[in-house]
Amino acid sequence: MTLKDQACIVGVGESAYTRGSQKTVLRLVLEASRHAIRDAGLTVQDIDGFVLSSSYIYQEALAANLGVSDLRYSTTVQMGGASPVTALQSAAMAVSLGIARNVLVPFGWNGYSEARISRRERPDATPRPDNALSQALRNYYAPYGALAPVQHYAWLATRHRELHGTTDEEMGEVALASRFHAQHNPRAYMYGRTLTMEQYLQSPMVASPFRVLDCCLETDGACAVVVTSAERALDLQHDPVYIMGIAEGHPYPADDIPNRPDFFKIGLSFAAPHAFGMAGVTPQDMDFAQIYDCFTYVVMLQLEALGFCGAGESREFVKGGTLRFDGDLPCNTHGGLHSEAHVWGLNHVVEATRQLRHEAGLQVEDCELGLVTGWGDFGDGSLAILRR
Amino acid sequence: MQAYDKPLPRGEDFNGEFYRFCKDHELRFQRCRDCGAWRHMPRESCQACGSFNWAWERAGGRGQIFSWTVIHRALHPGFAEELPYAAVVVELEEGVRIVSHVLNLPVDALRVGLPVEVVFDDVTPEVTLPKFRPL
Repeated sequence: MTLKDQACIVGVGESAYTRGSQKTVLRLVLEASRHAIRDAGLTVQDIDGFVLSSSYIYQEALAANLGVSDLRYSTTVQMGGASPVTALQSAAMAVSLGIARNVLVPFGWNGYSEARISRRERPDATPRPDNALSQALRNYYAPYGALAPVQHYAWLATRHRELHGTTDEEMGEVALASRFHAQHNPRAYMYGRTLTMEQYLQSPMVASPFRVLDCCLETDGACAVVVTSAERALDLQHDPVYIMGIAEGHPYPADDIPNRPDFFKIGLSFAAPHAFGMAGVTPQDMDFAQIYDCFTYVVMLQLEALGFCGAGESREFVKGGTLRFDGDLPCNTHGGLHSEAHVWGLNHVVEATRQLRHEAGLQVEDCELGLVTGWGDFGDGSLAILRR
Repeated sequence: MQAYDKPLPRGEDFNGEFYRFCKDHELRFQRCRDCGAWRHMPRESCQACGSFNWAWERAGGRGQIFSWTVIHRALHPGFAEELPYAAVVVELEEGVRIVSHVLNLPVDALRVGLPVEVVFDDVTPEVTLPKFRPL
């Protein structure tokens, strides 16, 4: 038995995406969750499972505020930005085994007003709690001024560029595609703000090869999705979106970037064969891809790990509008973390669901099949292959 | 002299031992006593053979540049005066890789494979950071 087609996404919702929400994270998550539950055609009493990502909110408070009085399953995934897609795996396991009937998968944060990376490293900032990555960070990276993901992932990007000759303009293709898509999405933070290659290339360097416009947004907001069994999904409000293949993967070692025997073998490199194998489909079958776009080059590394192109070939792959919604592989059709909002990629799951229901803002015509990736911490990965 | 205001290693457990050797200007890494595999970061057991037997062995201190990032925006105020500076990954001849700074090398001269050797920077009376310079 596998999880193939055992579970469906049946409800999606989000809060507004802003810089300065003036709301608690819990409030944002509650708003998104109520939207998702209503979208599914369910009531709060139908929800009996949570899969949370990270620890910005706690299940006790979420249940008490929502009014979930019989919580049968609750767990938390700790894979940074890869958590929301991995959370779908846990939710699918729970509903397919009957551990819970309808599982809520929410995520929210005040990524601008409370958690800005440019503020958190100040000496007067509250020290962050220890986690699995603290040993490497505090003892071996931070003393040399390498404190944040933009700097750590840059090691991957620099070596890959040096080996394969990737240009700034090729990286810019990723940023431009997202920004183009956001012009069709009124929810997107960058709605109404177009971007040219010239503007991209003028954007100031943060940590080479990453410029400001290679980086995702910092925004406040929340999303939520509802997962239920394939059987129950048939009776609900919308056409079900089936979780056809799902997997998580971890680079080795996961807690130190430099000492990986194969430097470019990321979490997704491990996850992709499992998820594609479960679904029984190939990358070439995908009608779209929502790829975790914390940084432009991270999208390119994932395109290679997913098998859309070989090692070092992503620079050619992204040229000529491939990633635009009318290209060969429409990518981040909502604007992604770059141009819609940074909701740890749960907004990618929401967009993929709307695409497969054929109710997206920038609809990929007749799409039947698409994928969503997650990326987090030092390169953890996850992959969901979804179908209508 | 101005106080050193950059982040310092926490220096506990194995990490403290690593930096205590650095204070003596010795670059040492854990090496498995059973299978001979070198490792960094320090860990409880050997990922190659599972052995708990290891020793801090002195590395030759030579290696080459593996990757880097040139940082133009300081995320910690202690680095504001250094901009732009490079956080470099160096691969030592023993096979382990370590994040460091390469001294006496302009950031636009960074190259994959550039040979370097370790030097020790006594940044405070208590803490010494291993750094590198071109060979």
